[in-house]
Amino acid sequence: MLLTLAIFIPLVGAAAVALWPRQDERGFKVAALITTAIPLAISIWMATAFRPGAGMQFVERAAWVPSLGINYILGVDGISFPMVFLTALLTFLACLASWHISPRPKDYFALLLLLETGMMGVFCALDYVLFYVFWELVLVPMYFLIGIWGGPRREYAAIKFFIYTLLGSVVMLVGILAMYFAGAQALGHPTFDMMALQQVKFPFRFQLWVFAALYLGFAVKVPVFPFHTWLPDAHVEAPTAVSVLLAGILLKMGTYGFMRVSLPTFPEAASYFAYAIAVLGVINMIYGAFVAMWQADLKKLVAYSSVSHMGYVMLGLAAGTPMALSGAIFQMFSHGMITGMLFLLVGMIYDRAHTREIAKLSGLYTALPAYGIILAFASFASLGLPGLSGFVAELLVLLGSFPVYRTLVIIGAATIVITAGYMLWMMQRVLMGKSRPELEALPDVTGRELATVIPLIVLIAVLGVFPRLLLDFTNPALIQLAARVGGM
Amino acid sequence: MLAYAFIIPLIPLASFLGIGFFGRRFRDGGSLLGIAAVGISFLLALAVLFSFMGARAGVEGEAVFDFSYPWTPVGELTIPLGFQVDALTALMLVMVSLVSLMVHIYSVGYMHGDARYTRFYATLSLFTAAMLALVLADNFLLLFISWEIMGLCSYLLIGHWYEKPTASAAAMKAFMTTRVGDVGLLIGIMTLFAATGTFSFGPLREALGAGHLAPGLVTAAALLVFMGAVGKSAQVPLHVWLPDAMEGPTPVSALIHAATMVAAGVYLVARSYVLFEHAPLALNVVAYVGTITAFLAATIATVTTDIKRVLAYSTISQLGYMMMALGVGAPAAAVFHLITHAFFKALLFLGSGSIIHATECQEMHQLGGLYRHMPVTAWTFFAGTAALAGIPPFAGFFSKDEILLGAYHSHLPGVFWAGVGTAFLTAYYMTRACILTFFGKPRSHYHAHESPPVMTGPLVVLATLATVAGLGGNFFVKLSGMEAHEHAAPGVMALALGAGLTGIAVGVAIYGLGLVDRRRAIAALGPIYRLLKEKWYFDRIYYVTLVKPALALSSLLARFDLGVIDGIVNGVGWGSVQLARASATFDLAVIDGAVNGVAAGTVAAGRAVRATQTGLVRSYVLVFVLSLVAGLFTLYLMGGF
Repeated sequence: MLLTLAIFIPLVGAAAVALWPRQDERGFKVAALITTAIPLAISIWMATAFRPGAGMQFVERAAWVPSLGINYILGVDGISFPMVFLTALLTFLACLASWHISPRPKDYFALLLLLETGMMGVFCALDYVLFYVFWELVLVPMYFLIGIWGGPRREYAAIKFFIYTLLGSVVMLVGILAMYFAGAQALGHPTFDMMALQQVKFPFRFQLWVFAALYLGFAVKVPVFPFHTWLPDAHVEAPTAVSVLLAGILLKMGTYGFMRVSLPTFPEAASYFAYAIAVLGVINMIYGAFVAMWQADLKKLVAYSSVSHMGYVMLGLAAGTPMALSGAIFQMFSHGMITGMLFLLVGMIYDRAHTREIAKLSGLYTALPAYGIILAFASFASLGLPGLSGFVAELLVLLGSFPVYRTLVIIGAATIVITAGYMLWMMQRVLMGKSRPELEALPDVTGRELATVIPLIVLIAVLGVFPRLLLDFTNPALIQLAARVGGM
Repeated sequence: MLAYAFIIPLIPLASFLGIGFFGRRFRDGGSLLGIAAVGISFLLALAVLFSFMGARAGVEGEAVFDFSYPWTPVGELTIPLGFQVDALTALMLVMVSLVSLMVHIYSVGYMHGDARYTRFYATLSLFTAAMLALVLADNFLLLFISWEIMGLCSYLLIGHWYEKPTASAAAMKAFMTTRVGDVGLLIGIMTLFAATGTFSFGPLREALGAGHLAPGLVTAAALLVFMGAVGKSAQVPLHVWLPDAMEGPTPVSALIHAATMVAAGVYLVARSYVLFEHAPLALNVVAYVGTITAFLAATIATVTTDIKRVLAYSTISQLGYMMMALGVGAPAAAVFHLITHAFFKALLFLGSGSIIHATECQEMHQLGGLYRHMPVTAWTFFAGTAALAGIPPFAGFFSKDEILLGAYHSHLPGVFWAGVGTAFLTAYYMTRACILTFFGKPRSHYHAHESPPVMTGPLVVLATLATVAGLGGNFFVKLSGMEAHEHAAPGVMALALGAGLTGIAVGVAIYGLGLVDRRRAIAALGPIYRLLKEKWYFDRIYYVTLVKPALALSSLLARFDLGVIDGIVNGVGWGSVQLARASATFDLAVIDGAVNGVAAGTVAAGRAVRATQTGLVRSYVLVFVLSLVAGLFTLYLMGGF
């Protein structure tokens, strides 16, 4: 029942906000915030009740369309639970960060809540039809959130995002249908049950085809080079909180798809394609970092840094050792927090200075001292400073992939230097140097803004020092997954 | 007591948090909290040293007390993190906390009135915590974490006066250059982990001792680990960041860029020495890199006119000596020199800080005649100079002698003679610095005055140590359980002393007595002089071969991304629109809108939503149907279901 609540309370909240009187702004904002707080509370409670070694938990099962083998199945394990928690946390913070959104705040909050339902559903669904429904459900509010509240080129960005991910997900649907038909033959009864279909040993050639189809759907979301160009456009146009969720959660849907579906269901295909995926991952890492370095827009820089950081996840997934997988999931979680925080900070400066151009900012350490220190913290977290969560993630990915792809890892390790290069260069231009009078007139971070970043700061630091707080959850599930794909 | 040694770094860590969050509320800006914390750490470090000596008695050979805790599970493994106390750690703890304490006290005077006083002390505390954690680490992972956090603090403190473009550039350069080395170190650590499944020094030592590892792998790992040391300890070719790091406040230069952090590279090689012992090739590389660095930096120091930069090149050169010692198989000498150097070089830096504080000038050609105005600074500076130049009984004499002895007994004569030559250069450039700064007539207008006691006090303490620490050599050797050099060679000692005295004599002859016309000497040495003035052209070469190409590549890829990759995406969108139009089956106003996104951006929000809502459904249906057809075709290809 807990998962159903976590998924559908936002939906109920969305309906409530939509019906709320338009004049009562404070009322529906508080209602939206409370609505996002409930899944967060649920996920915190679940964290205390979660038993790491026990496989799928909080499972719910109900018949939906029995004749077609469609069921309502929910559950979380060590792979999906961190994502559920991250979704709840980031949506809550995104809600808080959107307090002064305009125009049409009511519609905005309703869509934000609808989005949470979709994201939660993706990470909890254990039936392919349900999974696909939630997957597509995410697109719709996201499309409107970018298309209505975005920047000057919002229409272009929204459509590009929509068409691109839709193309990917429909090809994915084809893969799912193929799996369904083949599975029905093998099992003797039709089913969309993910866990049941995992037990089927599909023939090798079939695996290759379906893996490739699913790959397209997931890779666009991650996004894997060369399918990544929707991302910078979407990010630049999207309002702050939507960027947070886009980078923090939506990208993880792609990598989560690999971990939940592709790897365990098609292990032979996964190892067949592993090297190519690893190469693409390393391309993401290096290419994204180099392109980020040249960006003049702070938000684009962060967007391309996402491309680079998600490359680590792909490398870890391809290597498939328990340590590399641990690194991958750690990176998913950590990148969600760090990049989320960076987008929040970019939004704060944009709200004040009405520009995100690096060249127009200078000396923020002096002009906005608290803001400056927080941005420095986030930047160092992003460049993988030891003691913070990003380091653990990158270390585990590189260390876990090293025995498998020695040369690739050594090449990929160059990213560490390039990332430091663009982050420090950005800090040199934005934070250091002389401040300008027009910047000094700006107010420093407010209490509400602090409230959106402090939970992230604390988590980034705590997980950097005590990674077992996360790895204890994920480890048994990842050992199992690694055993399936034949990693060490 | 040993089991509680981990508290030593935690105290400054706590004071970092305390000063960082509440420092501004204290009337003194939090400096007292920082001093108290480091003071307690120092006392605890002394307690650890004594209890180690007690515990060490009755242990044969090297004594290591190891305390390990499970850090995190990963797969079937559990990665432990822990700390250990051995002779090296015990000594380093005392040295680091003592120098840090002196710098903390000194900075009260030096940084007085600074706009970011609190921030300075917070960072100093964090740095001290990281350095103390580094020397306690019993594994590569904790060592690496501390190593990088020190790098962060170094970055922040070099950029303390970040309004100055030179300071912000120097900070970035320091972080970037050392990070190049750090990637090597990280890959080295990964290589060892992949081969042995552990980060911990103890098990690694056992694995190496048992000879389970392929020699090629050990050599590669040793060289990669050494890469990290080259970056951190500013060895050629990654030395370029340290002179620029002088943009930071002088107490920072004393603590981080002379006594402690830059010595961490030497410490790293000493700590993982067993790895190098199994890789003779790597050991030779260490020896040669150290020798080249020692000599090259000393030559640059002879023509540098900024007093802090003279000391910076001197530091690079002395670190080169330590590497040389490690490379020729004399790790005890390297560590001995590390400790004595920490005292006398911190002293020299703080002395130069005292001068800068009094005159607001660090160009030696504009100084002069300070001896009369600043007697304490002058005398302590002379003590440091004597130690650095290797004049007995000052500390540097003994430790440098040990190094040259090691080089003499090695099979690398070039290393030995370069070491002797460097000893000469060292004495020469320090004599030059002393004469230009303290003697003659003032060459610019300043009202020099002796610094306050809070600054001269640490100078006196460090000067005392620089004078007597060399006598602790035997104590050190006994403590560590390492072997002393079997053959004492009086000839080597005489040669080293002779080189030093000659250097001083030449310096006095040129700068004190004016026996040589400097202008004519410079003209005669034309190309060599220019080579040294240009610091052997390293910075320029790096700019042309590394920085510029990296930026060019970045710009190229950014344009490629926008022009080619995104161009293809937009092209496909445009193409499908044309296709649909041609067949006149579907109205694809939406995709068209995507292509003409710029124009669409001007459409009013409300209207846009209505328009896209209808278009959305259509395009959805289109994509859906097309893909399903494609999918069914695929299924058919696969044998039909």
